[in-house]
Amino acid sequence: MNSILECQRLTKRYGNYFALSDLTLTLERGQIVGLLGPNGSGKTTLIKLINGLLVPSDGHLAVNGCAPGVETKKIISYLPDQDCLGNQMRVKDALKLYVDFYKDFSLERAENMLDVLEIDRHSRFSALSKGTKEKVQLILVMSRDAQLYVLDEPIGGVDPAARDYILQTILTNYNENATVLISTHLISDIESVLDHVLFLKAGHLVLNESVDEIRTKYGKSVDSLFREVFRC
Amino acid sequence: MPWDLDNERPIYLQLMERIQQDIVSGVYKPGDKIPSVRDLALDAAVNPNTMQKALSELERSGLLYSQRTSGRFITEDTEMLKNLKRDLAAEHIRNFFQKMRQLGFSDEETLKIIQETIKGENHEFNT
Repeated sequence: MNSILECQRLTKRYGNYFALSDLTLTLERGQIVGLLGPNGSGKTTLIKLINGLLVPSDGHLAVNGCAPGVETKKIISYLPDQDCLGNQMRVKDALKLYVDFYKDFSLERAENMLDVLEIDRHSRFSALSKGTKEKVQLILVMSRDAQLYVLDEPIGGVDPAARDYILQTILTNYNENATVLISTHLISDIESVLDHVLFLKAGHLVLNESVDEIRTKYGKSVDSLFREVFRC
Repeated sequence: MPWDLDNERPIYLQLMERIQQDIVSGVYKPGDKIPSVRDLALDAAVNPNTMQKALSELERSGLLYSQRTSGRFITEDTEMLKNLKRDLAAEHIRNFFQKMRQLGFSDEETLKIIQETIKGENHEFNT
């Protein structure tokens, strides 16, 4: 099988500012990958390019061998870094939307997770706390049987206990052939579930290694290495 | 309950050690079937690929063996389990002596302290 994501000399430029420059990268199937970097390093830019929300200035990328478009959206499950569901919508409306939109959405799986977290289907998003809203969105995204999950800051706004539940949700729901790409600042919370990490620095890919290689080679955690590489 | 893993060392090594520990302490008995990769990974809150790697390494060392369709089992080779126990004990002792040296105790002094500690504990038991 071909790799799930391939970027070649991928570049995104805004005027003279390079949000992402010359990024070459291949992601294999069946991995959980951390996309790490300080603010403004290009994480969200890369994620938006993968999802076809931005168009590259130079270079190209392929998801499952296709340029971003209708076909790739069928196999990517994307969690944006901001609210994407209307505030007037109720949880049950969002469920219906996902059932309508995605062939690979498992309503049963979503319902189960909502039950465990005791989230009321009749609540409007405007009435949910920031953390609960994030949980609902993640549940929707992880209830699809996608080949590539792209999660932009999935655990930023939730408390540590819910964070553990969310990580467990990610571990339980992804299958061996799917790849999960997670961008986050909360490295120490998630490094034990990652296979692989990517460090982005000012639009450049500066590190692309497995977590255990990093620990063997540097004798330190990904979190400590991050703090060293990006010391201000 | 996630397993207690430290951050500096490779995760798969720590998973291997934990499973060895569980075998030695009798959580798993010789010939027992161990849970699936996925269940163990969820229990430890680690990536299934990492757990897979740890189990493959343990299999390579002979401590586990897999039966194609029914899963992974603990070896029934009691000699091997005995050796494992001895190796783990030797490692703990080496680490302990190293720490004592860092505190400035010679090995002889350390031995003396150990004996005194044992006596002290016996004394506490008797009173």
